[in-house]
Amino acid sequence: MSTRSANSPRNRWLAPAVLITLLIASLSIATGFIWLPSLQLNGRFHGVWNAICSAAGLVYNRAPTDIERQPGYRTSTVIVLPGMLRTAGAASVGRGATLALQCTTCHGARGVSDADTPNLAGQYAPAIYKELLDYQSGARTSAIMGPRVTNLSDQDMRELAAYYAYLPRLSADHSAVDEFTPTIVLIGAPMRNIAPCVSCHGATGYKTGSAWLEGESLTYLRTQLRAFASGSRHNDISGQMRNVARGMTYTEIEQASAYYASQPW
Amino acid sequence: MLHSKRLILAHFWLAFAAFGLALIMGEWQMLVRSPLHTWIGNPDWYYRSVTAHGTAMAYVFPTLVAMGFGYAITEAALKRPLIGLKWACAGWVLIAVGTVTALVPVSLGLASVLYTFYPPLIGSPFYYLGVVLVVIGSWIWVALMCINLHVWKRANPGAPVPLAMYANVAGSLLWAWTAVGAAIELLFQILPAALGFTSTIDAGLARVFFSWSLHAIVYFWLMPTYIAYYTIVPRAIGGRLFSDPMARLSFVLFLVIAMPIGVHHLFADPQVGAGFKFVHSVFTALVAVPTLLTVFTISASVEIAGRLRGGTGALGWLKALPWRNPMMLALAFSFLMLGFGGAGGLINMSYQLDSSIHNTQWVTGHFHLIFGGAIVIMYFAIAYDLWPHLTGRALANMALIRTQLWTWFIGMIVLTFPWHWVGILGMPRRMGFYDYTNPAIAPEALPVMASVAGGAILVVSGALFIAALIGGHRSEQQQPDEYRFSVAVQPSRAVPVALNGFGLWVALMLLLTAINYGFPIAHLMSLHDTSVPAIRTGAAR
Repeated sequence: MSTRSANSPRNRWLAPAVLITLLIASLSIATGFIWLPSLQLNGRFHGVWNAICSAAGLVYNRAPTDIERQPGYRTSTVIVLPGMLRTAGAASVGRGATLALQCTTCHGARGVSDADTPNLAGQYAPAIYKELLDYQSGARTSAIMGPRVTNLSDQDMRELAAYYAYLPRLSADHSAVDEFTPTIVLIGAPMRNIAPCVSCHGATGYKTGSAWLEGESLTYLRTQLRAFASGSRHNDISGQMRNVARGMTYTEIEQASAYYASQPW
Repeated sequence: MLHSKRLILAHFWLAFAAFGLALIMGEWQMLVRSPLHTWIGNPDWYYRSVTAHGTAMAYVFPTLVAMGFGYAITEAALKRPLIGLKWACAGWVLIAVGTVTALVPVSLGLASVLYTFYPPLIGSPFYYLGVVLVVIGSWIWVALMCINLHVWKRANPGAPVPLAMYANVAGSLLWAWTAVGAAIELLFQILPAALGFTSTIDAGLARVFFSWSLHAIVYFWLMPTYIAYYTIVPRAIGGRLFSDPMARLSFVLFLVIAMPIGVHHLFADPQVGAGFKFVHSVFTALVAVPTLLTVFTISASVEIAGRLRGGTGALGWLKALPWRNPMMLALAFSFLMLGFGGAGGLINMSYQLDSSIHNTQWVTGHFHLIFGGAIVIMYFAIAYDLWPHLTGRALANMALIRTQLWTWFIGMIVLTFPWHWVGILGMPRRMGFYDYTNPAIAPEALPVMASVAGGAILVVSGALFIAALIGGHRSEQQQPDEYRFSVAVQPSRAVPVALNGFGLWVALMLLLTAINYGFPIAHLMSLHDTSVPAIRTGAAR
């Protein structure tokens, strides 16, 4: 028996093996890149070269046509990263406290108020910071908040967030869920692609940028859910809240709002 | 003659320990999301369990079985002690340490990313480092297999490599190249993000790299099973192997076309062009060639056994087969499950048909039937066959072994057939909760409960398997005969040089990898705006 290398040109297995492999590859490439695209009846076949580029996955830059890119329609440009704003020094909190004096009329002297505005004491810093940036860019609109954030610097907003996150809440952690928690809060509605509230807003999972909801005003929660559902509020990253709220029934919006409003702040 | 018995036993026992724990977790997952149990409330526990189950079953268990079996083949087929015993022990230690390193963060809830990693999800770096250690441990085995074959070839110039060793090295080479994709993904994309050096990750590119490993890994799992088909079954049932060159051809074909087909896992992914999806679909279909070669060759070998035992006529040989022999039972069950699983796989690999079952429980059913069924039942058979040679004691309780194989087969069918059905009904996979009171998914409740029952049968069968092996350590001592492999009808005094080495086939494997993966990877790497923020699981709340 020969000890020659199998890759020697004199090995009679070499040529057929390579040829058969290349033949199968060529035929399948010709079929997948040219022949099958040419059979498409949807008018997308614009010549062989175009078909090859398209089948290879090359990206085309199309002109923006969707509503979210129309002039005047702003969405959030804030990039939220895990661990952002996690540490703040005492000086930062102190400067934030001074800046926050102009917020006390509506949000309360210590970040808690009965005025149907959001409670801010102990709120997650990234959530406050993101909303302030969105008010400034116009992604979130409010006749009251808009003018007040116009002149805030990025550093001002970080310090405001640090101050309010530093203020104490009544409860140390999210409310524990049990069998009396409304289904929409605990489980969501998987068949309608609605994730449970607790998977982002705490209790079973927390995603950076989400707000603390327990103890917020019923009116505020309900108004915001309805605004997300109608699309009049559109500063949620990638439409996460709009997609959730749009699928919620009237009753589910009421249940979720009432549940969170009934929890201790 | 097996010399490194303790080494081989250590591989098998660690493998079966991981298998046993993961099996129980699998059944727990089935139960808690079925209508038989109230919703556990926190999906994190479910995903922890899925991650541990997948990691143990996909990386640890089959790798250790392939390694232990590979060492046994090296000594039995080459008839000499293993070269590099200390390295082999080091490989085992790496895998043991890697397994613990990976599973501790998973059980703490710091790495619920599933065994497929799913970037941009990022878990604890220790999870990925543990997986890397397992892979490095297995690469030691790959190197040892090649070195042992090389030394033997130099000592026996021109002699045909024993079939079992030839197939074993084909499997190790397949694994070496297969693991490269996931290794690149882990080392250059996931670990930098997990360690905090980067905050974004190109998830599309990462998925392409993972697909490089994800499908061929199944053929690596399959290798010990196919080696058992060809080199153990005909001997164990008193027959002859129908054709030695046909067996070699099947193994090298797996080597060539098992790897450049992984994009069929990405049919719904936007980052890969439709043309490449079609090409990968074609090459996936080609895997039918070595599979059908094997089914034909083994069926012919079994027919020889039937006729040697006095069976006559068109079907009379079937009746004459030794149906009470565990190896015969295991082979029959394995072929049945391979047939059903393969038929389902034809749907998954078709670019168009896949869209009807993509990411549904159909897929879960498919790979449990192929891996958990057709492949793992032959792992059991391999263990039963090797055990007397490893322990020096007979496996006496044949009734227990037969019961174990029967229950595994029945359990796997009862588990996976309803899974396929609910997949057609549209039940998504990898979800911890289903609201069966919803009229749209209420029809899935009964089949899901049937699957839970199937899983329970499998747990019982797994316990019987462990009991049979422990029994094997306690039975009467006996001096086993020399460990032998099947003899071919026409013994291979000379085989074509191409079927006695791997040069040509490895070259073709690299060529097809370049054709099928070269452009998609180069294209995705050239794009600069495709990374997304890494999302840390188990981050501080």
